[in-house]
Amino acid sequence: MPIDFEQNPKFAEYAHPEVLVSVQWLKAHLGTPGLVVVESDEDVLLYDVGHIPGAVKIDWHTDLNDPVTRDYVDGTGFAALMERSGISRDTTVVIYGDKSNWWAAYALWVFKLFGHQDVRLLDGGRQAWIESGSEVTREVSSVAAASYPVVTRDDSSIRAFRDDVLAHFGNPIVDIRSPQEYSGERTHMPDYPQEGALRAGHIPSAVSVPWARAVKEDQTFKSREALEAIYQGEKGLKPGDSVIAYCRIGERSSHSWFVLTYLLGFDNVRNYDGSWTEWGNLVGVPIHKGEDAGPVPAKAS
Amino acid sequence: MSEPLAVAAKNLAEEFTAAGVRDRLDFLLEFSDNLAPLPQRYLDHPDLLERVEECQAPVFLFTEVEDGLVSTFFSAPEEAPTTRGFAGILHELLNLRSVAEVLAFSDEFPDTLGLAEAVSPLRLRGMRAMLYRLKRQVREKNAV
Repeated sequence: MPIDFEQNPKFAEYAHPEVLVSVQWLKAHLGTPGLVVVESDEDVLLYDVGHIPGAVKIDWHTDLNDPVTRDYVDGTGFAALMERSGISRDTTVVIYGDKSNWWAAYALWVFKLFGHQDVRLLDGGRQAWIESGSEVTREVSSVAAASYPVVTRDDSSIRAFRDDVLAHFGNPIVDIRSPQEYSGERTHMPDYPQEGALRAGHIPSAVSVPWARAVKEDQTFKSREALEAIYQGEKGLKPGDSVIAYCRIGERSSHSWFVLTYLLGFDNVRNYDGSWTEWGNLVGVPIHKGEDAGPVPAKAS
Repeated sequence: MSEPLAVAAKNLAEEFTAAGVRDRLDFLLEFSDNLAPLPQRYLDHPDLLERVEECQAPVFLFTEVEDGLVSTFFSAPEEAPTTRGFAGILHELLNLRSVAEVLAFSDEFPDTLGLAEAVSPLRLRGMRAMLYRLKRQVREKNAV
């Protein structure tokens, strides 16, 4: 049975208030049977330095990605990961992490590929928890026994592949990388040169909305009104649009996917996880350089 | 530091690879925890430090060469323990070694620790970059 959703005036304004919890809520609910807290960070050791008491670690590289194929784990792998994390199919999962929840949102998106019902993000992530002065521990969390079914991953509704992008032209594409990556000034994000590409620029017709515009300085999400002003007002997106979001490897765009889907109520947003590390290296696809979106290419038949 | 660098590196690699994946991470965390803070002269002059651009976390390193001996200094934030761990390992092995030993040190060393499966190959690239830059600094300073 899902644990009560947080009644919070800020969250109540979002399209799906049930996908967020605050630090205060989480503190009050730690240890509740049926709740598992998951930390997911960029740095694989950050959890080990100190984590929310009882939280388990799920790492994007070593847990969520298949070590051989560039893809996510399959249903068997996900079920095994859930069971060793103490998560059953009806568990309420709260995920938090570093970098304004990039990896937490990425993990949440993977949970949704497997249709896990009740997954929530801690608003403000790891930083909000630590800055509130709440306890962190190095103690290894004990994991409750869990049983998780083998569920086939559904790549059709919230995930886009390169052929989906080619067939999508004419519909909105959101590039959430830095302005320099978008314009083609650099092939990688500032500070991340190892995730480069042979071509610099963006997918033609994509609009630029760097992910960080969705969060406040304290890393919590902006209000619904502020988010609407950016995505709907400034960029002209509409909740009924079919939207594809991408970044370099799909983690920052998971964050923007989360914002569009759950905070603004867009019901047809897909994350192109191949992102620029695929598109910028792909033979024969168009790219556009410069600060403008560029022409809309012909749709692939 | 009685044993030659190559032997110390081999022993450390054996300690890592003999451990399970979980224990390798704990071992790396110990190096992170024990990374020495920068001496005051570098805290006062962060401009003297070289940023390792290949690392996702802001990590800086500096080397001194005096009387043929290399001293290494690293700085990386607490929020980047993997990077700090890499720095700690390089410091333990390379600090106060001779220029010749440091320059002869294998560029492939980061691949010998069995960390690719524990932290992922992508993350391990940061350690290779640190080693590369460190050796380049020593080469430049030794030529002066």
